[in-house]
Amino acid sequence: MTSDAAFQRILDPAGRADPYPSLGELRRNPVTRLKDGSYVVSTYREIVELLHDPRVSSDRRNLADAPETPEHAPAFIRLDPPEHDRLRRLTMRHFGPPHSPGVVDGLRPMMLATTTELIDALAGKNRADVVDEVAYPLPIAVICRLLGVPAEDEQQFHAWADQIVETLGPGEEDRAERARERQAVSENLERYLAGLAEERRREPGDDMLSGFVTYEGPDGRMTPEEVVATSLLLLIAGHETTINLIANGMLTLLRDPILLERVRADPDLVITAVEELLRFEPPVQLVSSRVTLDDVVVGGVTIPAGSPVVLALAAGSRDPAHVREPDRFDPCRRPNEHLGFGGGVHYCFGAPLARLEAQVVLGELVRRVRNPRLVADPPPYRPSAVLRGPRHLLIDYDGIAPA
Amino acid sequence: MKVVVDLTRCQGYGQCAFLAPDVFTMREESLLYDLDPGDERREHVLRAAAACPVQAIHLDWTATRLTSEPPSPPARGMTDGRIVIVGASLAGARAAGVLRREGFTGSLTVIGDESSEPYDRPPLSKQVLMGQVPPDHVMLPRLREVEADWMWGTRASGLDVAGKRVLLDDGREVGFDRVLLATGTRARPWPNEEEARLEGVHTLRSMRDAAGLREALAARPNRVLILGAGFTGSEIASVCRELDLPVTVVERGQAPLVNALGGVIGDVAAQLHREHGVDLRCGTTVTSLEGDGHGRLRGARLSDGSTVEAEVAVVALGSVRNVEWLRDSGLAAGVWGVACDAGCRAVDTNGLVTDDVFVAGDIARFPHPLYQYQFMTLEHWGNAVTQAEIAAHNMVSDQTHRWPHLSVPVFWSSQFGVNIKSVGVPTFADELVVTQGSTDERRFVAVYGYKGRVTAAVTFDQGMWLEFYQRLIERATPFPPAFRHVDQRGEARPVPARVPERLIAAEGATVVVTGHDPAERRASLLHAPQS
Repeated sequence: MTSDAAFQRILDPAGRADPYPSLGELRRNPVTRLKDGSYVVSTYREIVELLHDPRVSSDRRNLADAPETPEHAPAFIRLDPPEHDRLRRLTMRHFGPPHSPGVVDGLRPMMLATTTELIDALAGKNRADVVDEVAYPLPIAVICRLLGVPAEDEQQFHAWADQIVETLGPGEEDRAERARERQAVSENLERYLAGLAEERRREPGDDMLSGFVTYEGPDGRMTPEEVVATSLLLLIAGHETTINLIANGMLTLLRDPILLERVRADPDLVITAVEELLRFEPPVQLVSSRVTLDDVVVGGVTIPAGSPVVLALAAGSRDPAHVREPDRFDPCRRPNEHLGFGGGVHYCFGAPLARLEAQVVLGELVRRVRNPRLVADPPPYRPSAVLRGPRHLLIDYDGIAPA
Repeated sequence: MKVVVDLTRCQGYGQCAFLAPDVFTMREESLLYDLDPGDERREHVLRAAAACPVQAIHLDWTATRLTSEPPSPPARGMTDGRIVIVGASLAGARAAGVLRREGFTGSLTVIGDESSEPYDRPPLSKQVLMGQVPPDHVMLPRLREVEADWMWGTRASGLDVAGKRVLLDDGREVGFDRVLLATGTRARPWPNEEEARLEGVHTLRSMRDAAGLREALAARPNRVLILGAGFTGSEIASVCRELDLPVTVVERGQAPLVNALGGVIGDVAAQLHREHGVDLRCGTTVTSLEGDGHGRLRGARLSDGSTVEAEVAVVALGSVRNVEWLRDSGLAAGVWGVACDAGCRAVDTNGLVTDDVFVAGDIARFPHPLYQYQFMTLEHWGNAVTQAEIAAHNMVSDQTHRWPHLSVPVFWSSQFGVNIKSVGVPTFADELVVTQGSTDERRFVAVYGYKGRVTAAVTFDQGMWLEFYQRLIERATPFPPAFRHVDQRGEARPVPARVPERLIAAEGATVVVTGHDPAERRASLLHAPQS
């Protein structure tokens, strides 16, 4: 079996429930050249090398052949330093340290209150869908609160975000077509966000969007296009991934009654268990947006300048050369250095938010849902190979403990 | 609960500062934190430690029940007998832990001349001076339970290598089968003892020093005079400016940090000082400290004839290695440190490697293969830790299982809101080139080269790229690096690094060789008469 075939199986939605055997096969070669000319890197050390290698760009305009449909203002995830750093700093100013260190921790009471309501609503019945009823509504409520999106628009918003996620991922052949589809959906969302930004400009609140449109400092200010591109990125990345983290987490716990009992007995354990989850069942499985700016030798292979590079994070975090018993879920693994949030200057912007949400909601689910059982294993999965998680996660249970 | 962050590993991701904002504070890429947060912060600290992307946050073993530390391979060699560690600071304490982790079951004695448990020094010139963290909140966590006889407040006065005894100040002695020397350094005092005794004259090395200086700064002196613009002097100057205290810094060299980073980056550091309102006098020295007639510091006279009025002076002229106690030991020990091989085994005056005497930390002078096998001492936090681990491992391992100390040195400092990191040995250079970012923006990577090879890199708030440059050093990559990369600004041309001539640190000691027959030839150190 060639590595190329293993990678094709990873992309095939039919194998979504368990990609790990294929990822393991892929790992036999640290670097694999695919038929479409892109390179997949699958071992921990080599992925970390490339995440910190300044010869690797996140800006696909650096590809050797035909650039994609031009995007008017790329979000910072698709930019390199110094533009990336400037825009990320302008965004971070309203979200985290050094200027807003207390924002994420300050959301904890709201996360808990929302979680409590969502779990309260599960009372009076014996079957629920963890995805639709808990894992989805919490992150969307949090990101909308943070950004300043009115609660009544959340539903519309989720539909758009879903459609955009389906167009992401590796594969060079249909990339242009997918970019066109994405563009079509994005236009609706962008129009909506531009309108919202305009409202905040006139009447600023204490949300991030207001910060984006009003702040000006040493890095200048965000242009209206940058405001829209940044908000769009945060909205999509801020909830699509966290849904999967929560759902993957509940699934992992429910598959192992002893593990579930341990987490119930020791509430601290959820902290390190979420870290292990990011290693073991990462919501972001692949990074498919990198390009070499020069010839780069990694894992004994020369990746020529201008090549698309895919980093198989999910494979790297289970690399036996890096971690003991990689296929075992150890809720108190220490140290636990994983690729769940990537690494280097593009390290997941919303990581602290995702961690805290998952810790809060999984802790509460474990504590309050009595005798939960999986209805179907594996559950049905969403098609994306990049942002991987269950479409639905039905559970049966005996009741709901009081908050 | 006790916390320590390995800032050598920290890349400034800031996850801890998000999740425990009352304990960890980020300034750009500089991390400041409370090493002893209250128990009400426990959950926050656990979240922060778990989230660190490079797992650089270490907690006291008692604070976490989640220990599942990987077991070490069983030691192959001497796992019993008597081991004595002289020096109970970072290196000594770390070595003690590693010895137990590696399966040493014999008796372990740790001799330390300070009266308290080991503490962390880097915070002393930063968060402690700022007043953000009390001076006694710097105790190092115990990473594991270490069964040892800790002799606090005990000073070693001699080493009898042949008789295998450590002699103590109070006349007692402690026998050993193997001994680790890790006595570290102390602040170099102001040479004029009378002037040094003036009230208001400080040095900064110990927890007590920091408490005293903090108190002096909190009293808001009219001006603080800092003698020396190395890393410590610069960090203190930075704190004073943050406290809005007037500061004069007097530096013998042409710019701050010149001895560590060379003149090009030194010039950038000088701009940092001046932008933050430091009165920086380079190419100048203090010739005398002046009292007010009542034993209090009033000011200083400088080599350019000018005077400075200041109620507080900090002597930051580097450090002195605590090796005097080894004077008659027969080891190659002097002001330059204690010579050893790459496996941390001490070398005697003849240049022969000893079997049972090991050295680690600030006093260890070892040959580094990456730097033409030159002997070097590295007074870095990270070096103390890794060298102590290597030494401890080698103390319980037989010949074939010993490890060489080959790690590339990493150093950090935070000053004026900038996190400065270096990898490699920046003074081992003839040229440098700024590859990423720009010095004007104070965010950049500078790569150092020596005779056409990359030998070091220095970053200002660009720490995430450092490991890439470390690989260039390890792989002896040609200098200047020639590749396309992100954040490339125009044509980057190498310039002379302006590194000071390396000083031969052999003053005060001379070696004489006697005897003719190979079996008789011996080297011995001649010491200058002590004043």
